[in-house]
Amino acid sequence: MTREPLLTVSPAGLYCPKAGVYLDPWQPVERALITHAHSDHARPGSKSYLCHHTTVPLLHARLGTSSGQVQGVQYGEETAINGVRFSFFPAGHVPGSAQILAESDGERWVFSGDYKTEDDGVSVPFEAVRCDVFISECTFGLPVFAWRPQTEVFAELHDWWKRNQSQGANSVVSAYALGKAQRLLGHIDRAGGRVLVHSAVWAMCEALGFDMSGLERASAETRAEGALVVVPPAVLGGSWLNRLAPYSLAALSGWMAIRGMRRRRGIEKGFVLSDHADFKGLTSAIRATGASRVLLTHGYTAPFAKWLTEQGVDASELGTSYGTDDGEEQ
Amino acid sequence: MSFAELYHALSDTSSTSEKVRLLSEHFRTAAPADLAAAVYVLRGGKVERALSSKQLRELCAEVSGLPLWLIDESYQIVGDLAETIAKLVTGGESTESNSLARWTEMLQPLRQLPLDERKREVAQAWRQMLEHERLVFNKLLTGGLRIGVSRGLVNKALAAAVGVEESLIAQRLLSNRDPATMSLERLREPLHSESDLSPYPFCLAHPIEGGPAALGSPEEWLAEWKWDGIRAQIVKRAGAVAIWSRGEELVSESFPELVELARCLPDGTVLDGEIVALRGGEAADFALLQQRLNRKRLSAALLASIPVGFIAYDILECASADQREAPLGERRQRLQEIVCKLSAANRALRLSEAVPFSSWQHLDELRQAARERGAEGVMIKALGSPYGVGRKRGAWWKWKANPLTVDGVLVYAQRGHGRRAGLYSDYTFAVWRDGDLVPFAKAYSGLTDAEIREVDAFVKRHTREKFGSVRTVEPRLVFEIAFEGIQPSRRHKAGVAVRFPRILRWRRDKPAEEADSVVSLLALASSVRASGREQT
Ligand SMILES: [Zn+2]
Ligand SMILES: [Zn+2]
Repeated sequence: MTREPLLTVSPAGLYCPKAGVYLDPWQPVERALITHAHSDHARPGSKSYLCHHTTVPLLHARLGTSSGQVQGVQYGEETAINGVRFSFFPAGHVPGSAQILAESDGERWVFSGDYKTEDDGVSVPFEAVRCDVFISECTFGLPVFAWRPQTEVFAELHDWWKRNQSQGANSVVSAYALGKAQRLLGHIDRAGGRVLVHSAVWAMCEALGFDMSGLERASAETRAEGALVVVPPAVLGGSWLNRLAPYSLAALSGWMAIRGMRRRRGIEKGFVLSDHADFKGLTSAIRATGASRVLLTHGYTAPFAKWLTEQGVDASELGTSYGTDDGEEQ
Repeated sequence: MSFAELYHALSDTSSTSEKVRLLSEHFRTAAPADLAAAVYVLRGGKVERALSSKQLRELCAEVSGLPLWLIDESYQIVGDLAETIAKLVTGGESTESNSLARWTEMLQPLRQLPLDERKREVAQAWRQMLEHERLVFNKLLTGGLRIGVSRGLVNKALAAAVGVEESLIAQRLLSNRDPATMSLERLREPLHSESDLSPYPFCLAHPIEGGPAALGSPEEWLAEWKWDGIRAQIVKRAGAVAIWSRGEELVSESFPELVELARCLPDGTVLDGEIVALRGGEAADFALLQQRLNRKRLSAALLASIPVGFIAYDILECASADQREAPLGERRQRLQEIVCKLSAANRALRLSEAVPFSSWQHLDELRQAARERGAEGVMIKALGSPYGVGRKRGAWWKWKANPLTVDGVLVYAQRGHGRRAGLYSDYTFAVWRDGDLVPFAKAYSGLTDAEIREVDAFVKRHTREKFGSVRTVEPRLVFEIAFEGIQPSRRHKAGVAVRFPRILRWRRDKPAEEADSVVSLLALASSVRASGREQT
């Protein structure tokens, strides 16, 4: 007798038939469980949302939900829905990000959402959850993606800022407003010069209750020299940056590992820093779950599934709509 | 700054002045051997290729412990083999020996070793490097840096480092290309000892955009045919002869008949001109010369079947005196005297005849008919100008005949490399024959970045089949393809071979059914041929 799978892909998104709820659905549904507030995972229009409590204000800010619509839970706290027990575990991706464990009849499925294995200092670090089936992202599931420790990357970024300062130029860093921006602001030396923050990033920081001491909110009228300016990627190419000239422009992203991608985007300086796990991180996280089956979403699913299969893991691709606009500025 | 660091700093900046600053700083501080090697590779010098791309991928698999297919998948995404391998071979440790001079020293004789040993040497070298070093090492190993630094830029930086004129550096380097003997001291030495056979830096022409009307009165200009061969200088000094191509290669050995001819020149003569293949005694297009260049060995039969000639258009040294400051009109006179004396006895040497024209309009008509004489268009040179160095604007202009064009349908797309890594940016175009599409040209350039992204999205949505990195796409998009030459060819499916195809524009207005056919291609080919010189 074959059992109905606990989680399956339906037209509206990842679905739990037994509980009648969706995980990170891409269409409006009755009840949605949300791993994190990035736009490919948290979409507007559903009736009710369940997420980690840090994510609650982010959904209000991004989706315009009302307080009665969104329920927050702690990591490890169980919510039973039609006999299926759901609990959220830290994914280490961005503040409030979670993996979702669904448990029923002794079977455990984990949906990873997005995750990384390095402790970024602003999110609760990733925790591997033992399970039977692991639905894992693999945005960077190729061995050419191997991250250096973030301390090294931030040291390099500091040198770059100092160098620009000495030439009287501003240092503009494009960083995703949720996650990357806080990670950056959490690591830079705020006494090293003026630090300007674009209003979109500012709003996200405020929603998170992030420590903003020593930071300045910047508008298109702000003038500065030698400042570090944190802007969302959407600002590039517009006129917002005009008043900050002369400036040097950098991006913080895992894609910056590839020179061709950097050049194509006309970015002078790329700092390789990702909120997703690298190839080794993915492989070790998957092993740590002890899962007998692995289903893959985001990115290089086909080669990564083949690689895992050759390593003796039962792995296959899962067709989803994640991975566009997912905090990596692809 | 090590050479590997210099390489990355250069590729990180788009500012020319910053590039020159980085280069001259490196030249000033590098050890002599490293300086020589740096100048050599930055000016496009190559290390003989010791391992093929396939062998490198296999070796990378061996060293990294990853399966070959995963190396290839990664290469597809990164779009650059040197970079892919640099990333996949991990855990290296940098050692003192990672200087450019050591690398070139190690790589240069590698080809002589058996394959096993070559692989062992390279694998060992990889392990003694950090990723950024490995990338540069692999670039050398795979045939060149391709870093966006022109020779002119290197010269400028060297001039700044050495403290001499840029033109002097250019000239020095032309004759002093052996990395082993290059040094800042030698670059400072005075020019042209008697036995020195170095050429002068070539004066290069600019394309004239929007026609020559802005040049003013036609009387002040000389028009000549723009020949389709190899730009070269013939140097005769103290009884010895050297022939240099514009690529700064000594090409004497490839053209024995020209060496023979040059021996008859007076000592202390340097001529500038074009080496062309001759068909029935007249200049032919480049395709014929290419056939001769393709052969490794110059047999007597080949020399007889594809003879070459030298069409002289300038004189740079006459009776051992530098002529470059004299106005073109005067130089032409001197050139004429020397060439006429010789060309009577030797038909391989000829003067580039002036093309008489009464008005720019008249010259335009002549230009359009240039292909009928085996020329590409016309050159327009200021009669009062000295011989410039490099691409100085204003004195020499080239005005090509309009390109040949057809409308082709996009049928295959392939992922690009480098700046276009990951995007479908290399295309194959086809024309109609009896209801089928027959591929006739491959083209990479001519579209804007935005258009490439648009075509990329189309390719991904409308793929029919995938073979490796190539996709067959639904034949819907039509592009106007321009090319410089067209010839009947039995080896090509469409029955013609086109030269230098490029995309002129996207014909969004044209459905695929209205693209051109093989018939129109063949008609173009025969129009060029019929009006050309007689065929042998
Ligand atoms: Zn995602
Ligand atoms: Zn995300």
